[in-house]
Amino acid sequence: MSSNAIPQPALVDANTSLLEVRAVAKRFGAREVLKNISLNIAAGEFLTLLGESGSGKTTLLRLIAGFDLPSGGEIWMSGERLDTLPPYKRRVNTVFQNYALFPHLSVRDNVAYGLRVQGAPKKEIPARVGEALHMVKMTEFASARPSRLSGGQQQRVALARALVNRPQLLLLDEPLSALDANLRKQMQSELKALQREIGITFLFVTHDQEEAMALSDRIALLRDGALEQVASPREIYAHPSTAYTAQFIGQTNLLRGEIRRSIATCGVLRWPVEEADGPVLFSLRPETIRLCPDGKRQTHEVKFRGNIRQQIYGGSSELLEVDSGDGQILRVRLSASGPLTGEHDFVFSIADLIRVVD
Amino acid sequence: MYSRAYKTIVSAPPLFWVALFLLLPYALMFAHSFWTVQDGVLDHHWNLGNYQKLVANPLYAEVLFRTMRIAASVMLCSLLLGYPLAYYLSFHSGARKEFLYQLVIVPLWVSYLVRGYAWKTILGSEGVLNGFLQYAHITHEPVSFLLYSPFAVILMLTHIYTPFVFLPIYASLEHIPRPLVEASEDLGASPFSTFFRVILPLSMPGLLAGATFAFVLSLGDFLAPLLVGGSSGTMIANIVQTLFGAVYDWPLGAAISVCILLLTLSLLFFTQRLEKRWSFK
Repeated sequence: MSSNAIPQPALVDANTSLLEVRAVAKRFGAREVLKNISLNIAAGEFLTLLGESGSGKTTLLRLIAGFDLPSGGEIWMSGERLDTLPPYKRRVNTVFQNYALFPHLSVRDNVAYGLRVQGAPKKEIPARVGEALHMVKMTEFASARPSRLSGGQQQRVALARALVNRPQLLLLDEPLSALDANLRKQMQSELKALQREIGITFLFVTHDQEEAMALSDRIALLRDGALEQVASPREIYAHPSTAYTAQFIGQTNLLRGEIRRSIATCGVLRWPVEEADGPVLFSLRPETIRLCPDGKRQTHEVKFRGNIRQQIYGGSSELLEVDSGDGQILRVRLSASGPLTGEHDFVFSIADLIRVVD
Repeated sequence: MYSRAYKTIVSAPPLFWVALFLLLPYALMFAHSFWTVQDGVLDHHWNLGNYQKLVANPLYAEVLFRTMRIAASVMLCSLLLGYPLAYYLSFHSGARKEFLYQLVIVPLWVSYLVRGYAWKTILGSEGVLNGFLQYAHITHEPVSFLLYSPFAVILMLTHIYTPFVFLPIYASLEHIPRPLVEASEDLGASPFSTFFRVILPLSMPGLLAGATFAFVLSLGDFLAPLLVGGSSGTMIANIVQTLFGAVYDWPLGAAISVCILLLTLSLLFFTQRLEKRWSFK
């Protein structure tokens, strides 16, 4: 699946594009890490590169930052070719995975580093550093050495150190992955608020789909060095174009079946379709299936009788693993309603079936 | 927790070693420096005569200062050679790193004496260097200052101690996390600026250790001046050696040794403080 086949939200058009990645490829020896990546990022957008480890997301980030050179293609920012510039001449700053704070400098000097090396007026520096530290709530730690700080605090300093330079584009390489779960949730919401407040374009790399959903304006899903789908979180969840996307973003049931004479058949499930004959694959989200206590279905619904194999309690909701009788296990998410066992009737709407490709 | 018996057994050998081969000799040396020799017989009468002699005769101070000058020069030269070499190897040698590292280490396997005699052959008036200079018509007769001079001593010691300077610097450079270098460039620092603001400060512990090696080892060296130093290249250790050998004035030799020891210890104390100042882990 290439990115240009996917409808892009109105947010992105050629005039407001800040960054353009044009047919970029990267090879390390014989290994093709990125294949023909084209991607536009709009000014002020929060775009997340999502993918498994080894999908090439960090490599793409490093190409944009300038730490590696692309093997093919071009990168442009604000009408200027970026990929031919050394990293220190790009108006791009990075928040590194393990923060990469300078251990021999205080928090204050870490944040001032970019301003100093770029020769900002000496009088301006303390005020801008103070402002950046205030923004990330680290003012009281200005004189501390990074080794004295906790992971979350180092994270804030790394953010301030990058933002103080007022970059056009901020790159964030799995910045929250080293934090524990609670702190991570808190930093997520702070990060999102901060991005909205300062309006700088964020390009965020993560392997955590929940994090991507929570933060992003758009998600670019990478798979084996190619873009699988680029869309807003809602779009990508509601209309995954491939089976891989449907499984990677949230949970889903994949129904593999056959269409013959306008009837789709998948095990015991049958429903009318308006498509040509042949094999098909559908994605059906667990929360679109529900219990049908009276056994009656509407015309646009599909009903089946299922045997509950397992029930996993998740607080506000529960996940059932239901055997539809033909050996096919369907996952069903219900709002928590107490223990269930045995056979029950379930229904789902035909409209919730999303046709996907392998 | 380990038992008391276990701790005693484990710590006994090293303590015994230190006592027998370090503390005892130092104690003997210290005691000797307050004794005197009368007609070839040791006089165990405590006095400060030896130290008074050292202060009264300007020759000792002169040789000591020359020794320190030579040691400082060796330190400087081997830093100027060793640091760039270590920097190149650690940051820019790519796939050749292992091979080049071995090349730096190999000279350490060759005997000190062999290398000393090699320099004699190169620098002498019938030597390789003079032969070349005359062949190339740069000089018409052998240049004599090459051998038997402080220059020759500095050259030889620099050659011998550069790997000792290289190793700790290389180790400290290898320990610098590479993302720090990327972070610096990301923040707008040129490679030049990155070197002076990040790499050099973070390699200071290695640089100090290397500098201390070169200075302290040169300070106590007596073979290089013996082989290539001549009379103008005599160093303090040669005097100690002569006093212990030919002159048979162990007490005076011990007094000089005590002075050198104090000098070295204060230097080590000083650099250790500096190293602490520059370590951040």
